[in-house]
Amino acid sequence: MTRILPHPLLSVALVLMWLMLTRFSLGHLVLGSVISILAGLALARIEPKAPRIRSWAPLLRLVAIVSVDIVRSNWAVAWLMLTNGRHGGRTSAFVIIPLRLHDPVALALLAIILTATPGTAWLEYDREAGTLLLHVFDMIDEEDWRVLIRDRYEALLLEAFA
Amino acid sequence: MTALDSLPPWLMALVAFFLVLGSTLTLLGAFGLFHLKSFYDRIHAPTLGTSWGTAGILLASLLTWSWVQDRVFVHELVIGLCVMLTTPVTLMFLGRAALHRDRADGRGTVPASNAKKQAADSTD
Amino acid sequence: MNTVLWLALTWAQIALAVAACLSAYRIAVGPRAQDRVLGLDALYVATMLLFIVTGMRLDTPFLFEAALVIAIGGFVGTVSLAKFLLRGEVIE
Repeated sequence: MTRILPHPLLSVALVLMWLMLTRFSLGHLVLGSVISILAGLALARIEPKAPRIRSWAPLLRLVAIVSVDIVRSNWAVAWLMLTNGRHGGRTSAFVIIPLRLHDPVALALLAIILTATPGTAWLEYDREAGTLLLHVFDMIDEEDWRVLIRDRYEALLLEAFA
Repeated sequence: MTALDSLPPWLMALVAFFLVLGSTLTLLGAFGLFHLKSFYDRIHAPTLGTSWGTAGILLASLLTWSWVQDRVFVHELVIGLCVMLTTPVTLMFLGRAALHRDRADGRGTVPASNAKKQAADSTD
Repeated sequence: MNTVLWLALTWAQIALAVAACLSAYRIAVGPRAQDRVLGLDALYVATMLLFIVTGMRLDTPFLFEAALVIAIGGFVGTVSLAKFLLRGEVIE
């Protein structure tokens, strides 16, 4: 099983995408399956370790939280653009955030979350020190951001990935 | 007579709302890109366009085509997922490139690499 | 076509076109290479959205394929440019 499907999640996602982009038919199901199995095998050559997800519940909660946060921060940043940064009162800053996460997939997810949310930009992760350099568009309090990332996103990611 | 004419009024209003929301957010993002002063501020601007800017337009399009063609049109989901997953990669690379270039030029506004011991065996 | 929808489509097309122009300004003016790449990133997203809106107005689903190609091509382009900025100077 693991020899044919070293990356089961990737292969399933690829088949689904294939079927979405074409009309559903048996031929496309077969073609899509073959391609996704080949893609999984090709990826296994580059990255042999498939991501291990311990539990899905925290990930689902994370998706809900992040969707709300993206809407809220879109509104906040759009408002800052319209008012010209509260008429010059906005300052941006770099923050260094210590992270407890080490799993590469979890870090990638955190990077996607922080970058997709307007107002924060992931700049650099230092693997040895385990710290992240973040740029915040509207900086009010550095400690707030550390607490927010630790409790809101990182805790759930730690729960989800072994 | 186009496909858009066949939509019921409530759906037309919803589509119009999402269109205006998405395009206005994209415009605001581009405006930020145009007028913000430093690169690290500007890197935040396009995320408006790639998050709800894209989502708004794609939702409008999804609603329209699903109604007209009478089946759920999923191209939008694939485009949305693609944009959602690829923008962070671009922006992270750009952020790192900008940091690297600013440090190499000795511009004082960026924080120094926080692990000094790495300076010797610089792992990009 | 209903007036509200007509207005919304027109506004969306104008706003996205202006957004593309503002991004093009950033590509032309810079001042540094990373600003130009950032401008390119914003430009391809605005263009892709403009294709989708135009597809709705012209009542053809074919512009989707074009939008999908722009999304993927733009990603590959901007990432390789950013990668070049990161690596090109390391070698120098």
